Amino acid sequence: MEGWLAAIINGILLGLVYGLAAIGLNLIWGVMNVINLSHGAFIALGMFCAYFLFHLAGINPFFAMILILIIGILLGMISYFIVLHRVLDAPELSTLLSTYSLSLIIIGLGTFIFTTNPRAIDIGLGSIKILGIYLPISKILTGLFSVLFTLLLYVFLYKTWTGKAIRAVSINRSAAEFMGVNSTFILSLSFGIGIGLAMVAGCLIAAIFPFTILSGAVYELKSFVICVLGGLGSPIGALIGGLILGLLENLFALKIPVGYIPFIEFVILVIILLVKPTGLITKR
Amino acid sequence: MKRGIFIWVILGFFFLSFGFTQVGFAKNKIIIGFTVSQTGKLNAESKEQFNGLSLWKSYVNKQGGIYVKELHKRLPVEFKYYDDESSKDRVQQLYVRLITQDHADFLISPYSSGLTASAAIIAEQYEKIMLAIGAASDSIFSKGYTHTFQIYTPASRYLTGALDLLKAQDPGAKKVAIIFEQSNFAKAVATAAKNYAEKHGFKLVLFESYAKGTTDFTSFLNKIAEKKPDAVIGGGHFSDGETFAKQLFEQKMRIKLVSLLVAPAVPKFAEIGKAALYVTAPSQWEPKAQFTQNTAKKLGLPWFGVSANWFVKNYSKLYGETPGYHAAGGFVAGLVIQKAIEDAGSLKSNKVKKALEAMDLMTFYGRIKFDKGKYYGRQLGHEMVYLQWQNKGGKLVKQVIWPKGAESAKFIYPYYKKFK
Repeated sequence: MEGWLAAIINGILLGLVYGLAAIGLNLIWGVMNVINLSHGAFIALGMFCAYFLFHLAGINPFFAMILILIIGILLGMISYFIVLHRVLDAPELSTLLSTYSLSLIIIGLGTFIFTTNPRAIDIGLGSIKILGIYLPISKILTGLFSVLFTLLLYVFLYKTWTGKAIRAVSINRSAAEFMGVNSTFILSLSFGIGIGLAMVAGCLIAAIFPFTILSGAVYELKSFVICVLGGLGSPIGALIGGLILGLLENLFALKIPVGYIPFIEFVILVIILLVKPTGLITKR
Repeated sequence: MKRGIFIWVILGFFFLSFGFTQVGFAKNKIIIGFTVSQTGKLNAESKEQFNGLSLWKSYVNKQGGIYVKELHKRLPVEFKYYDDESSKDRVQQLYVRLITQDHADFLISPYSSGLTASAAIIAEQYEKIMLAIGAASDSIFSKGYTHTFQIYTPASRYLTGALDLLKAQDPGAKKVAIIFEQSNFAKAVATAAKNYAEKHGFKLVLFESYAKGTTDFTSFLNKIAEKKPDAVIGGGHFSDGETFAKQLFEQKMRIKLVSLLVAPAVPKFAEIGKAALYVTAPSQWEPKAQFTQNTAKKLGLPWFGVSANWFVKNYSKLYGETPGYHAAGGFVAGLVIQKAIEDAGSLKSNKVKKALEAMDLMTFYGRIKFDKGKYYGRQLGHEMVYLQWQNKGGKLVKQVIWPKGAESAKFIYPYYKKFK
């Protein structure tokens, strides 16, 4: 029984982090129709930002994430103009290749500078007992901040003018432009927010697990599954998709070898793509 | 013209006979040949092994060399070695050269099981005795070779001591979980531990592997919470072992014994702080291991060589660092060959081989005895020592807690004691 309870609680907490990691990909995919293959590289970059802010400036990752979000948005906007702007209207393969190139550059440089030695941030917050299960406080905080960021993004997209403009561009770019929306700025901002959220997710993951410059790839793959599970364009959908994945991973693993889990995840991905390609939870 | 050829032939005979005299009759040194990974990925471990060997050479040569009864004199030891670049291909070429051109009397293996497996083929072809150090693989000794002798405890007995330790400490603790990395070495160790556990009445509640580079052990922790094992053993390499130990601690798992490969034996393991406390690990040798003349006496075995204190003191003085088990392995390989030559009273391979077969002695590194059966040459006598991270004056230190007779401190049990 204790195992099941631990699996459910851990599944929820991990699922929330997976959800946050997927939101950035989801937003860019939903708004711009771009599959961002540099998503994992930016998650890893977020991990390293958190690492250096912690070790060089002594800033706890849970405070550093605001700074990392701003860095991420700026980096994303710059990347948009360098990598995406000119190929956005070209066939989808072009954006796929351009974001993949960006990923190769980041990972290549990262491997050269940071090597692939594992690093960890030990904030030493200790553990807390919940329902008879000891949980690291950093894991709980990570889950809570994931929910907070999702809600903030939701409020931003649905309650602010800029957020509404992003949604308008995602639904019909020409119509939005007719209504006076600067679509170039909105698209670059969307990409910036997507990257910013990926880096924040990286920062939060780094607070609980060790990482290398290659660690983002795992979360990028999970993000694809989550986007398909939760549907495109909705932050809440991504969070629910993440929760489903986190729970599946932890509950299945109680009864079958852990090594089979990725196989099951991708079988689910294929089945959903075949049966309900718009995702289980579709907002639009 | 004809006269010129005649003079050259005479000169040739003269030099040849001089050479034979040098090799065959006036033997004035013992040549030990080996390769060192001076470059490549095995450099660090191989260098330490070489340092240990070099210390033995200076130790034995200070005594005037090794006494060879057949020759009625002591012969100094000389090393012939080359850089194998951590490459299997280089190893085979170089060992042939050591035997045919450098006329090595005895061989020492390169570092690592992979390179040693390559060198063992050459040693067998040329019927030269080779002592294998830094090679824990069992498979080298399943091929029917009769000239390679292993110094390290083989992989098949790497973690079995953890089960003996558990049994000795708490006979009621029966449930064991084995969680290991998907690598050849960890798999061989885990499978051997599984067979041993089943044979000795333990109940295996979990036997599962994780992918290389795993950082999230949550799924395994859930399983541990569900199955409630008394002992968790396994691991693989440094980073995964360290992460696993850390996450076990964070979830305050009520486990009685945690024993992991490699990671806890590395001093850097202390960086995870309290998570390292009471974690145990197997190690080939530790500076604190107390194998002494008394241990030998108790077991009724002859003692040979120097004390651990002598070794640690002289090694540290010479190289400016505390020796690890790679260095101790190097020194002991030298001691074993020295003892075998002295016992055989000869430098002939077949006589020294017989002396090695009969060898059963105690050194500062532990017991040395070789398998004469199906796994000819495999190490039988040496046991892993088990270390445990303990608190000493507010500082985390490694203490040797097993086997009995080698302890530097009492085993602190259970692991979850630190949560109280």
